[in-house]
Amino acid sequence: MVEFALPKNSRMTVGKTWPKPEGATNVRKFQIYRWNPDDGKNPQLDTYFLDMDKCGPMILDALIKIKNEIDPTLTFRRSCREGICGSCAMNIDGINTLACIYGLDEVKGDVKIYPLPHMSVVKDLIPDLTHFYAQHASIMPWLETKTNRPAKEWKQSIEDRKKLDGLYECVMCASCSTSCPSYWWNGDRYLGPAALLHAYRWIIDSRDESTGERLDNLEDPFKLYRCHTIMNCAKTCPKGLNPAKAIAHIKQMMVERAV
Amino acid sequence: MRYLTDRKRAVGLGASGAGTHHHWQMMVTSILLVPCVPLFIFIVGAGIGGTYEEVVAYFSRPGIAILTGLSLSVIIVHMMREAQAAIEDYMHGVAEKLALVAVTAFSYTLIAAGLYSLVKLAL
Repeated sequence: MVEFALPKNSRMTVGKTWPKPEGATNVRKFQIYRWNPDDGKNPQLDTYFLDMDKCGPMILDALIKIKNEIDPTLTFRRSCREGICGSCAMNIDGINTLACIYGLDEVKGDVKIYPLPHMSVVKDLIPDLTHFYAQHASIMPWLETKTNRPAKEWKQSIEDRKKLDGLYECVMCASCSTSCPSYWWNGDRYLGPAALLHAYRWIIDSRDESTGERLDNLEDPFKLYRCHTIMNCAKTCPKGLNPAKAIAHIKQMMVERAV
Repeated sequence: MRYLTDRKRAVGLGASGAGTHHHWQMMVTSILLVPCVPLFIFIVGAGIGGTYEEVVAYFSRPGIAILTGLSLSVIIVHMMREAQAAIEDYMHGVAEKLALVAVTAFSYTLIAAGLYSLVKLAL
C-alpha cells in the first residue's frame, strides 16, 4: 500500500542554525536538508546565512561557498557546473533541477534545498540512484544491429537525425523521474520518464535494428503504462526536454503494431 | 535480504507482453464517452420525471433503449479500467489482487443489473 506519510525515522527535525556573516548587509537565508547515516538521528533542516555580495549567482555557488567557508560536512554531488553532467540535481524551492544552472535570483525568499524526492538518501543531498541507473541500462541504451557492420559507418539521413533532437540531450540527472508520482509509487517496476525517454531515443533511431524487441521489452502495464501523462517530467526538466511526449510516441507505436 | 544485482532488480520478471489492449480500450471508451454522456444526460434525462407508464413508454423506444444500454456499458467499462489502473498504482500485493477482483465483479454486476432493468423496461 502506498504510504502518504513519512516513516518515523524520516521525519524532519529542526537542525543547527549557523551564525550570520559579520558586517554583511546583503544576507540571504538557506535551509538545507541534512542527514547522516552514521549518527542514527532523524534528518534535520540546517540554516545558513550567506553574504550575497561575496557569492556567485547560482545555487551551486552558494552550496560550494557554504561547504568551503561554513560547514565542510555538507555533502552534495557536483562536477561540471554547467548543466552537462547532471550530478547536482536536487530539489530547490520545491522544484527538481540542477543547482549549477538554477539562479539564486529565481528563488523568492529563503532558499530551501532538499535531495531529489522519494529516493533513498545516501547522505545530505545525495540520493541513491543505483536502481535508476540499472533501469536505464535495462532499456539497452546503445545501437543494436543485426546487419553486418558497414565498411565505413552506419548512415543516417538529416531528417532521421533530426528525430533524435530533444532526446539525446538528456543528462540522466533524474529530476524528471523523481518528480513523477507514478515513479514514486511504483519506481521498482515503472521505468520512469528518463529511462523511457532514452528508450524512445533508440526506438526512433533509424540505424537501430531492434525496434520490435525494444517495444516488446516495454509492453507491460508497469514498465511503460504507469505513465498517466501527469507531465511533471516535462515541467521540471532542467534541460527543457519533454519525456512525456516521448512516452506518448512509444504508446502510439505500440498501438500501431497491435491495432 | 537477497543478493540480487541491480540489473536483475530493474528487469524483474521482464515484460508481461500486455498493456496496449488496456491502453487502447481506454482510448476507445474515452472517445465513445464524448457523444454518449451528453446524449445520455439530455435525451434520457428528458424522459425522467413522468408517471411510471410514461417512463416505461419512453424507455421502450428503440433509440432511447439502445443509447441507454450503450452508455451504461461504456461508462462502466471505462470506470472499471480506470479503477483498475488506480488500484495498480496505489495498492500492492494480495490487497491489490483482491481489490482488482472486487472491482471487476462489481462492474460486471452493475452492467448485468443495468441491462436487466433496461430489458424489463423496454420489452
